[in-house]
Amino acid sequence: MMPFKKQVLTLLGLLGFVSQGFAAPAQANSQQSLIDKGRYLAAAADCAACHTHDPSATYAGGNPFVLPIGTLYAPNITPDTKYGIGSYTEADFANALRRGIGKNGKPLYPAMPFPSYARMSDADIHALWVYFHEGVAPIAKAPPTNKITWPLSMRWPMTLWRWAFAPTPQTALANANRSFDSAEIARGAYLVEGPGHCGACHSPRAITMQEKALSSDQSDVFLSGGSPVDGWNPVNLRQDDRTGLGRWSEDDIVTFLATGRNLKGSAFGGMSDAIAHGTQHLNDADLHAIARYLKTSLPARKNEKPWQLDTSVTEILHKEKLPDAGAKTYVDRCAACHRTDGHGYAPAFPPLAGNPVVMDRDPGSLILIVLKGAAVPATDKAPSSLTMPAFAHVLSDQEVADVVTFIRQSWGNAASAVTAADVHAFRGRNSEWINEATSNPLN
Amino acid sequence: MTLKRTDVVIIGAGWAGAILAKEMREAGRSVVMLERGPDRATAKEGTYPGSIDELRGAIRHRLFQNPAKTTVTIRNTINQTALPYRQLAAFLPGEGVGGAGLHWSGVHFRAAPDDLRLRSHVTERYGAKFIPADMNLQDYGVTYDELEPFFDKAEKVFGTSGEAYTVNGQVVGKGNVFAPSRSDKFPLPPMQDVYTASLFRKAATEAGYHPYALPAANASMQYTNTYGLQMGPCNFCGYCSGYDCYMYSKASPNINILPALRNDSDFTLITDAHVLKVNLDSDKRKATGVTYLDQRENREKTVEADLVILAAFQFHNVHLMLLSGIGKPYDPVSNTGVVGRNFVYQTITTSRAWMSENQFTNQFVGAGGAGVAMDDFNSDNFDHGPLGFIGGSPVWVNQAGVKPIAAAMNGGGKSAPRWGAGYKAGLVDTYRHSLAMDAHGSNMAYRDVYLDLDPTWRDSYGQPLLRMTFTWKENDIRMNQYVVGKIEPIMKALGARRYELGRLEHGETFDTRRYQTTHLGGGAVMGTSPHDSALNRYLQSWDVSNVFVIGSNAFPQGMGYNPTGTVAALAYWAAHHIRTTYLAKPGPLVSL
Repeated sequence: MMPFKKQVLTLLGLLGFVSQGFAAPAQANSQQSLIDKGRYLAAAADCAACHTHDPSATYAGGNPFVLPIGTLYAPNITPDTKYGIGSYTEADFANALRRGIGKNGKPLYPAMPFPSYARMSDADIHALWVYFHEGVAPIAKAPPTNKITWPLSMRWPMTLWRWAFAPTPQTALANANRSFDSAEIARGAYLVEGPGHCGACHSPRAITMQEKALSSDQSDVFLSGGSPVDGWNPVNLRQDDRTGLGRWSEDDIVTFLATGRNLKGSAFGGMSDAIAHGTQHLNDADLHAIARYLKTSLPARKNEKPWQLDTSVTEILHKEKLPDAGAKTYVDRCAACHRTDGHGYAPAFPPLAGNPVVMDRDPGSLILIVLKGAAVPATDKAPSSLTMPAFAHVLSDQEVADVVTFIRQSWGNAASAVTAADVHAFRGRNSEWINEATSNPLN
Repeated sequence: MTLKRTDVVIIGAGWAGAILAKEMREAGRSVVMLERGPDRATAKEGTYPGSIDELRGAIRHRLFQNPAKTTVTIRNTINQTALPYRQLAAFLPGEGVGGAGLHWSGVHFRAAPDDLRLRSHVTERYGAKFIPADMNLQDYGVTYDELEPFFDKAEKVFGTSGEAYTVNGQVVGKGNVFAPSRSDKFPLPPMQDVYTASLFRKAATEAGYHPYALPAANASMQYTNTYGLQMGPCNFCGYCSGYDCYMYSKASPNINILPALRNDSDFTLITDAHVLKVNLDSDKRKATGVTYLDQRENREKTVEADLVILAAFQFHNVHLMLLSGIGKPYDPVSNTGVVGRNFVYQTITTSRAWMSENQFTNQFVGAGGAGVAMDDFNSDNFDHGPLGFIGGSPVWVNQAGVKPIAAAMNGGGKSAPRWGAGYKAGLVDTYRHSLAMDAHGSNMAYRDVYLDLDPTWRDSYGQPLLRMTFTWKENDIRMNQYVVGKIEPIMKALGARRYELGRLEHGETFDTRRYQTTHLGGGAVMGTSPHDSALNRYLQSWDVSNVFVIGSNAFPQGMGYNPTGTVAALAYWAAHHIRTTYLAKPGPLVSL
């Protein structure tokens, strides 16, 4: 297909959303359809994941971000004039979203993904502004005060950070309008790099905390996996065969984002919130656009040997033999759901054979899921929240290490072994997440 | 205190309540559901491995009703003084969200066509004189053909595993040859036979019978149901009956229906809400709502509603009707009234075969709904004419997983010592090498077997307890003995080293100390006339037309089959007629 011209894309970026997104263009002028559009974008941007802590107080903030420098609390973004953003003008709102500058001129912490939002179109910012002023109920509630000690509590270095690392809206919008192979892929790129801010978790960050790349054209590290969030390790979303989404079809990605599960895996950790608050509300056209765009990426690691199912361990287990201690724990604790052949019973119980999460270079997510358990998010299309139990108080460091190693090295999986010392250190580092009281879904 | 008015209030969060709640929400009505017990999450209490703690589960009754708060009183005959049922044993009513639907086994039958019109059928085949004078034999007022779409609907919600015999009149598989034709196959293939079930299948075939795979609401494969809700496949862990399924394989309201309602803002589930009575208007023709005790605040609250659905356990529904004055209480002496009439149970006796010492029967595995059964002596599948009794029993090996404490209490069979080395040897031999088969039969209704309010005993809320007057009757004892006699050829074909046949004995009275089954029925039965039924064919109170009473309380007789499948079909049947007729024009669905 002939590359699209930037000008055409600019137009599509503005109009394309309206036509693909939801209502007919004629209705887009009415206030209600602007509110609807804003609500849709707020879901796409997953605002609730951070700004809704108490489910009965939508957008009243309070979600804690535990960072090495202290704890931040997401602010109230309801239209309450005292505690929320009721006094913001549209320009203030746009500045906060795209530049990371609050109404009072105070720089925002980059926990707010303004480097991604910088590429959002004026039309979308307008719809969001209308929605957050007229479609959201004001809640007079202040979130807790940030717990960051001086000198890191000073905001002015954030300005320097922003100058150094965050794109201006002008450069971001220009980049968003680069040429793509199709309007659909352009739409996918816009959603992923812009409102979806997928890179905020899934791209690696430099030591100075900025994402190493903000779009697919900047570097092959974009979306190649990020640093742990609440103990979970965001996976590589690129086309790596073993550790990325190389073996996920377009439909696999769409199903995953719409329902939190597919035949290749189930959501856990922070992605559960991103799906429950966000992606499940996107329409099919946008989900396909995202999937197509993700499928255009190249692998981050060039020489990854394609995964091939290896049944040798399965055959040994089927002969009622246990090759090692990890296999024994696996058969006792895991195989009922994930099966001795590692295939699980997807989409109810996810497969471990060939699952990129399991083969990640960093075994953190796998260790944490064994220790803490996990629940698939309940979504409108798939309301079951099937839950894996926690084994933190059942298995020793050695048993966790053995079973994690067994899972990482069976059925064709080939990833590094994990030692008891690794698990011990992991438990120490992540005690907050392991012992966090999880609100068990009522399922 | 009065809560915000709702369109529909539903009492009980078990199968019947969950089905009605979902249907009423689909009809756009706001629903408040009141549940006496706590909320229950498989992900929390049912999580592995804590869920399979037998002491905490089956022995200490983790999921069951707490009889210290309220219970029933029981006596065998009308001239005795009833005593409270203080320790659960003979039957195990559930408590908490999911109700008995959370701790059930999973056997998921459709009622046999003849059983639904038993009085008409027996009269047609054997003549009216065949029916004993004191037996209240009745029709349900609904036929199999009318219920078929709702049996089908329920199976697709439950994810039922089974093998059809006929679909639309065509033979399609090796299912039960006595089963009526279906409109569709089971949603999942049958559960595999465990070893003992395969032995029974072979031996029953050799004996000339017609074995089939039990229809099980234990998923043989992962399944996504009508509501988009998921089940995992059963791994035969053996912890179904008395437990919540950590594999999400056994159908329950908690897994198969409620997740589709929990995020619905027009559905409100209130737990720890013990309903004291249904409130009626001054002439007792219309319910205005429900008063319950909020057990957390120890405060009475009222919910006003246009429609009241009683969907508690069988005898709680009857109890609430009596406490609220819905319908006329039954009096066995004058033979008047209907509420409490036709209280029924089931007969169940267990026989055991000890196989050779190189046959290991692996009784620790199993699934509550799975097994192999035969219907050759169930319903009216055999000629009762020369036998002179009414009713029948399926016979099955339904190996649901024998847990350690249960095995130890069972010991080595009737003749084995109860202590010492002999006990241990018998226990080990029985656990390793035996298999059990049940005759799980019908129980007819009688004039002097009934439910009423106890004149002496009150519960912790100050209300009179429900009194059960129940014992075994000669018709049912003879039925059981006949069917158990037909097990003997199977024992011989099995090549059992020895066997014991379990049967009811003549003159035997109901013993509350030994678990039999939780399949209680009747007491507020459906039917064609307000003179012998409390509910019309749509499970609507004849007397108070905005009250529907859903459950096995509607069964006029205890059938040989497990009740849940029929309860679920009746729930969908009633819901269908509420949705299509009642809501548009509230009032009696059957005019007199």
